[in-house]
Amino acid sequence: MPPSKRVLRGRGAVPGLGEGEALVSPEPISFLGGVDPRTGLVIERGHPLKGLSVAGKVLVFPRGKGSTVGSYIIYGLKRYGKAPAAIVNVETEPIIATGCALAGIPLVDRLDADPLEAIRSGDRVVVNGDMGLVEVETK
Amino acid sequence: MELTREEERILAGEEGEARQRAMRLLVVLGKIFGAERMIRVRSAQISGVSYRTIGDAGLEFLEDFAEAGAKASIMATLNPCGMDLRRWKRMGIPCEFAEKQLRIARAFARMGVKLTWTCTPYYASNRPRFGQSLAWAESSAVAFANSVLGARTNREGGPAALASAVVGRTPLYGLHLDSEREPTHSVEVRLKPSNDLDYGLLGYLLGKSLGGGVPLLSGLGGPSLDELKYMGASAAASGGIALFHVEGVTPEAKRKRFDGRGLEALEVDGKDLDAIKDSISSSRDFDWVLLGCPHLSLAELRTIAEAVRGKRLRKRLMCFTSRAVRADASKRGYIRAIERAGGLVACDTCMVVSPLEAMGIDGAYTNSCKAAHYMPSLSGAEAALRSLRDCIHAAL
Repeated sequence: MPPSKRVLRGRGAVPGLGEGEALVSPEPISFLGGVDPRTGLVIERGHPLKGLSVAGKVLVFPRGKGSTVGSYIIYGLKRYGKAPAAIVNVETEPIIATGCALAGIPLVDRLDADPLEAIRSGDRVVVNGDMGLVEVETK
Repeated sequence: MELTREEERILAGEEGEARQRAMRLLVVLGKIFGAERMIRVRSAQISGVSYRTIGDAGLEFLEDFAEAGAKASIMATLNPCGMDLRRWKRMGIPCEFAEKQLRIARAFARMGVKLTWTCTPYYASNRPRFGQSLAWAESSAVAFANSVLGARTNREGGPAALASAVVGRTPLYGLHLDSEREPTHSVEVRLKPSNDLDYGLLGYLLGKSLGGGVPLLSGLGGPSLDELKYMGASAAASGGIALFHVEGVTPEAKRKRFDGRGLEALEVDGKDLDAIKDSISSSRDFDWVLLGCPHLSLAELRTIAEAVRGKRLRKRLMCFTSRAVRADASKRGYIRAIERAGGLVACDTCMVVSPLEAMGIDGAYTNSCKAAHYMPSLSGAEAALRSLRDCIHAAL
């Protein structure tokens, strides 16, 4: 089957352009205690992404959870070169938005299709945070 | 969002990188919360300043931001950190922790933030007036400023409050709007709270059963400022309450005479408070008494000093307050009375943000429901709840 392309439209929360392989989590992510900023690995016990790296990925998940210090962890990921290329949320909230704004990571949410279903881990994704567009190329 | 020309200039980076980054964060948050524009704020109260809570990631952000030239453009004050910055050795704080905490202090000093290290800025140099717009983090101070003083602030996160300190603005949404300050629940209090702990438990119950919203309380007599402080602190800890009204007591309820009819109603009696207390208070006996969450007022330090003056404490007593209030209390002899009895009056920190486990404290008597809420998860320590007076008696 040839690769198919689809464009999802939503709200550009943090501007910028990011491109990478999708990593999709059906569960919310707590960055404090959930992701190690120095390695980029998901470390939360029992999390569906445990042991996987968020570095360079387009990270897709419902929303943030947990401590507001999570914003600083997102900033730390960027500082250590382990940040995701972009983040796509179903509906974002201040912890993720603050972290992405501090780190300059494009963030899009409120898409016209559920990103947890429309995007699969491994898809090639381009996120345009200025226009709120997410381009998905399925392999 | 509609920005003024000056705000556009800041966002475009024409006033430097740090102001650009601050404005960018506020615009992102404004967008998420549906704000139409920015408003100017009088002061910022910044949280996320203890090395214990923000760790290396937070420390590095603050140092980077200071290095980028961030400077406070309005009055900006700080939450408590992880130790008394002068007497940390006496508190039993490990050296490595102290070094990191001192780096955080230096970063804030470079940014021109006042090193007040208190969660009760309203008892020190940052007391807002009725109707003023603020960007405050620290949920207990937010509840106090909104409810007791009638100022206006949302519950900010640490970075957002710092960004507001730098550009002097916040997005216009939430509790800055008249419509969002109207009561959402009517609460009939069918008991006479007799002390600070009763008020704390009442607040804890409100936060827990309502989750959020703006409760309008009736049936309360004339609570003191400290009692309202404990009520707000625990309502903000167990839930997301950032504003409450008390009929005949708090300034907006006095001016507006809210109509509680038609609101979702809640009744509270003495049994409800007992049940809440049982759920968060330990029944063990402890060697420590910890007071000052939120930071102790001058009136509370007087109460403690008068009770222990000339006596010898059997338990270890640590009191937490701001440096400003400690200086006042010192002039009046309260500090000497407490410390001669064997207690310690520490500044800049409290039992929630200091590393209790590293200080060898596994539990304590306290009058703070907020501390009882956070101590188990933050430092594995338990709290046995008593009123302030009963805590002092437990120590004697």
